[in-house]
Amino acid sequence: MSERPVVAVVVFPGSNDDRDAAWALGAVGAEPALVWHEEPELPLETGAVVLPGGFSYGDYLRTGAIASLSPAMDAVRRFAKDGGPVLGICNGFQILCESRLLPGVLRPNRQLEFVCRDARVNVENADTIFTRRCAPGQELVIPIKHGEGAWFADQGTFVQLAARGQIVLRYLEDVNGSLGNVAGVINETGNVMGLMPHPEHAVDPLLGSADGGLLLAALVDAAAAHALALA
Amino acid sequence: MKATVVVRPKQGILDPQGDAVQRSLAKLGFDVSTARVGRVIDLDLAADDADDARSAVEKMCANLLANPLIESFEIHVDDS
Repeated sequence: MSERPVVAVVVFPGSNDDRDAAWALGAVGAEPALVWHEEPELPLETGAVVLPGGFSYGDYLRTGAIASLSPAMDAVRRFAKDGGPVLGICNGFQILCESRLLPGVLRPNRQLEFVCRDARVNVENADTIFTRRCAPGQELVIPIKHGEGAWFADQGTFVQLAARGQIVLRYLEDVNGSLGNVAGVINETGNVMGLMPHPEHAVDPLLGSADGGLLLAALVDAAAAHALALA
Repeated sequence: MKATVVVRPKQGILDPQGDAVQRSLAKLGFDVSTARVGRVIDLDLAADDADDARSAVEKMCANLLANPLIESFEIHVDDS
């Protein structure tokens, strides 16, 4: 096993933040491994998975819907079922929702405009494997860039998720019509998370913020722990 | 066998695309209070009869063509 935990980044046709994600993961201590979506298996030593941003399959039908049926996603489902950490960023979040690995769905922004700017988000739950390098209530500045980022779930689901701490990140302002200003959610077992902001674009103060590095470094911690548990 | 699926944003679900269409129609002078934008999917499929076709298309809708959280669908089977 290499000293750096392997984080698989699944590349779909139309992904465009896969290499940014790989670079950023490398910068926070991971050994990134790009995995083409037709691969039926993840690399054996995979400690965590990132589903990157982009426009998989040109966003045809619904964002993330077609990518959710890729062979690599079957491998990701098995990995998640075994407790492996999975982080979906932007289009990756959309794919996780369409795969039903995460609750809810991402809908077109209410203002029907593509939003591309820094967003301030609040860490609602710092007690997750993805946010444990953050303080509870910490404000993070991470860029968003999406046209379909308005998270939606029925009211009952939303109330239940909030009560269980599954709403992990919220925007500090309404950026896209997202229900409850939700920016990121986690599954019930706490190993699959999706968020619309792009932590991979915020890992160096030179890029305006290094706050995204907190999330990615926590993911790398989780990857190391998962790989160790499997070894 | 031919079948058509009409997918619509569920009632009560915000449809910003429909709202934009409604506003544009109003700009053109049309007296339209609501517009909702969905999608139509025409299928050519192998099936023994209309019932078979319908049950296959229902599965397609559940697995891919519609997201039940936000969309409703109608299936029309052409067995002529």
